[in-house]
Order: sequence, then C-alpha cells, then structure tokens
Amino acid sequence: MPHLNTTRFAGLMLVAGLLLALPALADTEKGLQIATEQKKRDSGWGDSESKILMILRDASGNESVRRMRTQALEVVDDGDKSLTIFDEPRDVRGSAFLTHSHPTAEDDQWLYLPAINRVRRIASRNKSGPFMASEFAYEDMTSFELAKYQFRYLRDDVLNGVSCYVIERIPADKFSGYSKTVAWVDQAHYRVQQIEFYDKKQSLLKTLQASNYQLFLDKYWRPMLLQMQNHQTGKRTDLKVEELQFNVGRSAADFDVNVLERLR
Amino acid sequence: MTQRWLQQILAYPRLMIALCLVLIVSSGLGIGNLYFRGDYRIFFSADNPQLLAFEQMQQQFNKSDNILIAIAPDSQQVFSAETLRLVRQLTEAAWQTPYSIRVDSLSNYQHTEAIADDLWVADLVAEELELSSAELNKIAEVALNEPALRQRLVSADGRVTAINITLQLPEQNLQQEVKEVWQAVALMLDRHKAQYPDTDFHVSGVVAMNYAFAYEAENDVKTLIPIMFAAILLMLAWLLRSLLASLATLVIIVVTVISTLGLAGWAGLFLSTATVNVPTILMTLAVADSVHLIASMQFALRRGDSRLQAIQYSLKRNVMPVFITSATTAIGFLTLNFSEVPILRDLGNMTAVGVMLACLFSLVMLPAILLLLPVSAGSSKAAGAAGAYGADRTMLWLANSVIHWQRPLFWGMTLLIIGCSALISLNTINDEAVKYFSPDTEFRQANDFLEQNLTGATTIDFVLAGNGASAVNQPAFLAAVAGFTQWLQSQPEVQHVNSITDTFRRLNKSMHQDDPAYYRLPDNPEQAAQYLLMYEMSLPFGLDLNNQLNLDKSATRLAVSLQNLGSKQLTAFESRALTYLAEHASSYSASAASTALMFAHIGERNMASMLQTLPLALLLISLLLVFSLRSWRLGLLSLIPNITPALVAFGLWGLLSGEINLALSVVAGMSLGIIVDDTVHFLSKYRAARQEGQATEQAIRYAFTTVGRALWITTVVLVTGFAVLMLSGFRLNSDMGMLTALVILVALLIDFLFLPACLLKFDAKEYKTDATP
Repeated sequence: MPHLNTTRFAGLMLVAGLLLALPALADTEKGLQIATEQKKRDSGWGDSESKILMILRDASGNESVRRMRTQALEVVDDGDKSLTIFDEPRDVRGSAFLTHSHPTAEDDQWLYLPAINRVRRIASRNKSGPFMASEFAYEDMTSFELAKYQFRYLRDDVLNGVSCYVIERIPADKFSGYSKTVAWVDQAHYRVQQIEFYDKKQSLLKTLQASNYQLFLDKYWRPMLLQMQNHQTGKRTDLKVEELQFNVGRSAADFDVNVLERLR
Repeated sequence: MTQRWLQQILAYPRLMIALCLVLIVSSGLGIGNLYFRGDYRIFFSADNPQLLAFEQMQQQFNKSDNILIAIAPDSQQVFSAETLRLVRQLTEAAWQTPYSIRVDSLSNYQHTEAIADDLWVADLVAEELELSSAELNKIAEVALNEPALRQRLVSADGRVTAINITLQLPEQNLQQEVKEVWQAVALMLDRHKAQYPDTDFHVSGVVAMNYAFAYEAENDVKTLIPIMFAAILLMLAWLLRSLLASLATLVIIVVTVISTLGLAGWAGLFLSTATVNVPTILMTLAVADSVHLIASMQFALRRGDSRLQAIQYSLKRNVMPVFITSATTAIGFLTLNFSEVPILRDLGNMTAVGVMLACLFSLVMLPAILLLLPVSAGSSKAAGAAGAYGADRTMLWLANSVIHWQRPLFWGMTLLIIGCSALISLNTINDEAVKYFSPDTEFRQANDFLEQNLTGATTIDFVLAGNGASAVNQPAFLAAVAGFTQWLQSQPEVQHVNSITDTFRRLNKSMHQDDPAYYRLPDNPEQAAQYLLMYEMSLPFGLDLNNQLNLDKSATRLAVSLQNLGSKQLTAFESRALTYLAEHASSYSASAASTALMFAHIGERNMASMLQTLPLALLLISLLLVFSLRSWRLGLLSLIPNITPALVAFGLWGLLSGEINLALSVVAGMSLGIIVDDTVHFLSKYRAARQEGQATEQAIRYAFTTVGRALWITTVVLVTGFAVLMLSGFRLNSDMGMLTALVILVALLIDFLFLPACLLKFDAKEYKTDATP
C-alpha cells in the first residue's frame, strides 16, 4: 500500500515541520507581544515639550554642541507629530523642523529656514540619514510604531543588573538604513535600555544606551540621556534631555505647516 | 686558539650537529609568530611627518581608504539604460562590501532640484526611473555639468564611469581585512560580468593597492624562491660535481633561512614586500661560504689527504676569509638601519643576522656534516671549475695581460669610471607607489586605464581650517576656498577638485527655483549654514558631508585628483599650492596630505639618510680591511675598488632607467658589504706574496691564480641570485636585484682590470719582508 505510506510520510513531515517552526512562530508572537506591551505602556501621554542638548564627538575626541527645543503631540491611530526648533549652532538658530510621522506611509517633513524666510518640504527617504550631522538617524528619533517592524523575541538577558527581553526588530521600510536592530527592553517597565543597529551588510553599526530614566505623570518613563556610539567610525553623540514637561496644552493646530512661518 | 675550537668541532661532529639542531629548532619555532603585512603603511615609521598629517586628517574627516571600480561599456556610452541599470545594481551591491561606510556613484549622486516650492534631493538615477531617452539625456546633462561628478565619477566624454567605495577598516588584522574586501569586490564583479559581458571593469584605489602589495609579495614567494632553489642546485652541481656535497650545502642554506625567519618571528618582525625576499638573498650569500669550504676540502682530498685532514686544511684556510667577508656583508646590510623605511630596516637586520648565521653554520655544522658524509673529491673536471686553489692557466693569462696593458688599463679605466660617475646626474629620485608595480600587473593596468580615461590615481587632500566652529559658513572663508579651488583647477596637473564651494553654489541655485543667477556662494553665514542644514537633513545614510566638513564645521577638505606625477613634481605641486594659500588665505591654516604625498617625500628622506650613513659604513668596512690586511696603504687603496663599483653602476643606471626609488637608495650601502669580499680575497693573497718578498707583478700573478677563479665563481653565484629578483613583478624588488647584480659585476671587473693597475702604480715600493708571520 504505497499510497497510504506516502500519506503517512507526508503527515509525519508536516508534524515535524510544524514542531520545528513552532518555536520560531512562538518567538515572533512573543516579540510582537512585548512590543505591543511596550507601545501600550507609552500610550496616552498627550503632548510634551523638551529642551535637548546634543554633544557630538569625532574619533579623536573633538566636540561640537547642538541645542534645540522640541514639542511633541501624540496622535492616536497615526504617527506622532513633532516640531523641533534649533537654537545652536547660532547660524541655524530659529530653523524649525516639523514632522508628521506615519506608521507605514512615508513621513511628511518640512524645514523652515529663517535666513530666506521659506519653508521647504524634505523628501523623507532620507530617514536613514544623520540628524544634524549626529550619530542619530531620523529613524532613530521618530515615534515607535508597531507597524514599522517585524518583531522576534530572542532571549532574556541581564543588562547592567536589569532583567531584559532581547527583541530583534526588522524594519519594514526599504528606505531604512538598517538590516535589523536588536533592543534590550527591561522586563519590569518595558523601557528600552539598549539598542544595537546593524547596517545593510549585517555589520554592527552603532549601539544606543538609554539611561537616567525618570517617571512622568506617574506613568511614563523617559530616558534623560541617550548615548549613541558608532562602532565603525568611532564617533559618538550624547543626547541629553535638559527639560521635559507634559500636558503643555499643545494641539494639532500647533503642528500645522503654516505655523512654521509664524515662528521666530 | 682557532686551532683548538676547530679540533673540538671535528672531535665531536655529532654533538656539534646536535647543538646546531637545538639552535635551529628553537629559533625556527619563531616562524609561527611571523605574519604578513602588505599595506602601504609598512613603508613609513610611526613618526613620519607625512603619515602623521595624513592620519590626523583622517581622524577629522572620513577615511579615504577606498576601492574605485571603473566601468567601461563597449558601447562607449555610459548614459544608456543598460549601463545605468548596471551602475545602479552595482552601487546597491557595493554597500555589501565588508567595512564599507560609503558608496558614491553616478546613480546615487544626490541631485538637488527645485520642484515647485520644494527642494528635491534624490538619487540622480533613482530606482523608479524608466530610463527613457528623455530621462537619459537629462541625467547626462546633469552629470556632465556637475563639478562633483565630471572627471571624478564620469569621464567628460561620457565613455567611462566609476563607483567609489569608501572603507573604514578596523585595522585589527589589516591583511585579512584587505583580502576580505578584495574578494568581496571580485565576487561582486564576477557576478555582474556574467550579466554584462560587454562591459569592462577595472579596480583601483588604496585598498586595491594594499592588496596588490600583498599579492605581488605572495607571487614573489611562489615564483622567485623555487627559481632561486633551481638556480642554486644547478650552480652547486656545476661547482662541486658531487651530489652529497651539494646536499650538505643545501642543508646549510635551508637551516640558515629557517633560523633567520624564526629569529625574525621571535623578534616580532613581520614579512612584507621587502622582507619576503630575505630567503632569496640569504640563499645567494650563504652559498659562497659553503662552496669555498667544500672546494678547498675537495682540493685536499684530490691531493690524497684523509677526510679529516682535508677538512682541517679547508677550515684553516677559510675560517678568517669566511668570517671577515660575512662580517663586512652584515655591516653593509646593517646600514639599512639608517633608512627611513621600516621594512628596509627589517630587510637589513634579517639579512645581517642570516649572513652571520650562515657563517656560523658553515664553520661549525658543515665540517661536522662533511666528516660524516662520504663526500667525493669531485671529478678532475671539477678541479677546473672549482679548483680555485690550484694554479690556473686562464687566470695566469689574465694576470699577464693586465700587467702588460697596465698603463692603458689604468688610464682607460680611470676615464671610464669618471665618465660613468658623471652619468649619475641622469638619475632622479622618484617614488610613485603605482609605479612600484610592473606594467604587467593587474593593479598597474587598472590605474593606467583610469588615468587615461577618467582621472589620475594620484590625489592630494587639502584641509583649510577657519577660525572657530562654523567657520566654513563665513563668506570670507568660502571665498578663500573658492579662490583656491579655482587656482587648483587652473593648474595643468589637476584633473579634478572636489570642493564644498560647488555644493554651496548648487544649493543656492536650487533654493532659488534653479535660477542660474543664483549659482554663487551664499551672501551671509546664516544662509550658508541653513542651506547646509537643509541639505544635510536630506541626505540618506552614508552620503553625509563628513568627508568634506569636520564635526564643528571649522574646516573643510578639498580632494584633488592629479595626473600621475613623479615624486619631485608632486612635492613641487604641494609646495606651490601651500605657497598660494600662504599668500591668499594667510588667516586660515592649511595642510596637505595623501598616500601619494607620503611616498613622494619618503624617497628623498630615505636617500638623504642613506647618503649620510654611506661614509660611516665605508669607514667601518675600510677599518676592518686595514685590520685584516694589516696595512694602511692597502686599506687606503682598497677604497678604490670598494667605492667605484657603486659609482659606475649608478651611472649606468642613469642610462638604463634614471629613476631612483627607495629600494635603490639602499643598494650602495648593501652592496658595499658584498663587493668588499672580492677586495679582501684579492688583496690578502697579494699582500701574502709581497710579504714573501715577491715583486708587485709577481704578487698580482699569485693573487690572480689563487683566488681569481673563486672570485669569478662567487660573482656568478651572486649575480645570478640577485638577477632572480629581477623577475619580481614588484619594481622595488626587481630594480634592487638588477642594480645590486650590476654593482657586483662591475666590482669584479674593477678588481680584475683596475685594482692591479692601481697596485702597480701606487704599491711598487718593496715590502719589508716578514713584518708579520
């Protein structure tokens, strides 16, 4: 009865295949679960305003400083909106950068330049490019959206004494500069502790360390220090949040393109 | 004293061999520590000023280690849908190159365009383009008019384009990293070659050069060492006519090479394009010691001596000459320590140690082996070839001829030597890394192709630094940079200048609806800074401006491509440019650096330091001669055959080539130690005869007949050995081999034809007989 045998064999193969695939499936599911929880815990913050100091260092330790103020607005069912006004270097003071991010579609970005008093739209394929010549890319700074990645749980790990989930994220957007990122998310509060970024050729490009977490509105943990180290060029950028306030009364109208030209 | 240790060796041959083996094995184990380095940095010591300037520049800006792939379609038309598609694919694939941090090509060039009221920054050959003929025309128009592309990534006639991959090698294991990069690029190109059979690819760039250095050295090992071995076997067979004797010599050669390489390994040295030929040189030098010893022994055996007697006879005759000649050769090679080039110092030290080891093994191990082996006396015919120690008719004829023609020989040779020396002025110092590779090598061909069809491989980076952060946004600074850029472009040697001022002009135009009237520098620092901000915000991963601007924008780097220039012209160009900057941009600090510049300076620095050490080496070696000849007059006379060969050979080199690279500048010192041997042998025999009361003429006859043939034979061996180096595809090695061979050959001619004439003229006075026993 060769027919039966084949069927049985095929059935066996199916079961074996399922058993083999199951852990992978489970990892994907667990990864998404953790990411979902992370997103959920960071939902409902409304709007915020912050002052940011960026310190850029090259391989030989030369420093350069950037200062900016950022306003942010949470948008339910779409990406967040943010407006960044540059204070330093002095020759770009007053320049303002507006982003309407979207989970899957390309972000909308505009830049206002006071020297020519004009607003210019910026193509958002640059998301992989550096922000203000720092080691942060745009895509490292935009809001965390589930639809942007494919998640996979890798393992548990203890980082600096903190128990973490280690999650692999594969960007969905082909314009991303990364082949994947690996995030350490703490198990107690689902806060990102560290992210490793891998470039398109699968080499470790940079590592982000998030620290000095503070609790806002009794609910939202935010890092006051982000340190990005580029392993390939030896350059690094420290991003310090000098001030951060929530519930500052911003609304969608404050993030309209027309607002840009009225800034100063 | 000498006698006693000779007796010891011969009394305990097995013990001696065992002791030598312990030495050989323990030093030989060091071979495991040896590693290979092929990068260009091995030519520069850590404190080389040009290297320091270069590294400082690379710390501030992106690295300039690169791979440049030229793409030449048979259709001679880059702006075709097919070729641009290839460029796009290859650009995408190039990002997969290990350690790549940036890829620049025609396709991902960030073209700026004013569309409606927006600034559009995007790939020039974007993915969604259909590449219709209208689009192709537009791309061609943009590319051929864009200063950042024309003559850099696309030829002015649109026939050739290039992709530049910038690499950041971690430099943990540079050799391995370079190989990895090269293999990845080769694999990538192979895949595309299959798809685009009508397109030629040529690979150049700094990493390609590093790979070529390593590859050529590997090639030397694979081809030269076997050839050298074959040559030595042939020579031994011809000289010794005895299989066992040849075998014994081979053993000495092999253990010398093994222990030398091992000791180098223990000392932490590495193999490089220069030191990889130490085995070849050592084989050449070591052969002479053994041949002298065995030939004397065979002579004694034929005379009817017992084996032990024959060996004793041979040792007694040869200990002093073998030691002295080894010591002078070692001193000659040790002069390389004064070279500016670390790998040439390594070459000198390794060879010097090797020569002394060869001396030791020849005097200790060889006699022991000979005692244990039933070495034959050699055929009677061999007596003709190797019987340097019997009376010799040819040599007697030569001696008589030289004595007969002494006056014309003296004046003729004097004239010839002066004439040849005058030709030295035909030589110029020239170090171009590209020209180190023979025209047959792939690397050289790729470079020549690039130079003829796109742009020269010679580059200089200039950094102009303003006062304080954001200085590059100052109109005055930008005007200075633009002025310098224009000056550079008007220089005949310059093929391309990559300057930030072109970017500023383009941005200004694009920010004003592409109005050509705005193709000019921004009016004020705020404008400049904000255009830059806008532009930087629009650039994708890896295409930022860090290769042109430093972190706080206080300085900018201009990359200048030049036609391939000799080192003199290159340093002249550098100082011309720096003078221009000192005159026209004196309030800003300026510096220049590049690998080409490093090589351009090293040749002259090396020559200067070698010329300073030559007198010292000459003094040392001459003192050694005075000591061993026990005569001031002969010591002084020996200067003639020691100095003149290098003068004549360098003069002839002026006719043959006229280019002195850094390997050639060490030849004079290196060969001095070798040619001195001839003088030592000849003069010591001559002196012995004079001491016995013979007249000058008779003493010359004696010298000719006793050592004439031996000198002839060692010269043949040495010239052959160094001539083997001429087969190297690497000109530092082939030129060095050729010139050294030339020096050695000329030295023999002078010893045979000029030295006797000099002796007859200046040493005719009668000797006090028996001054020393």
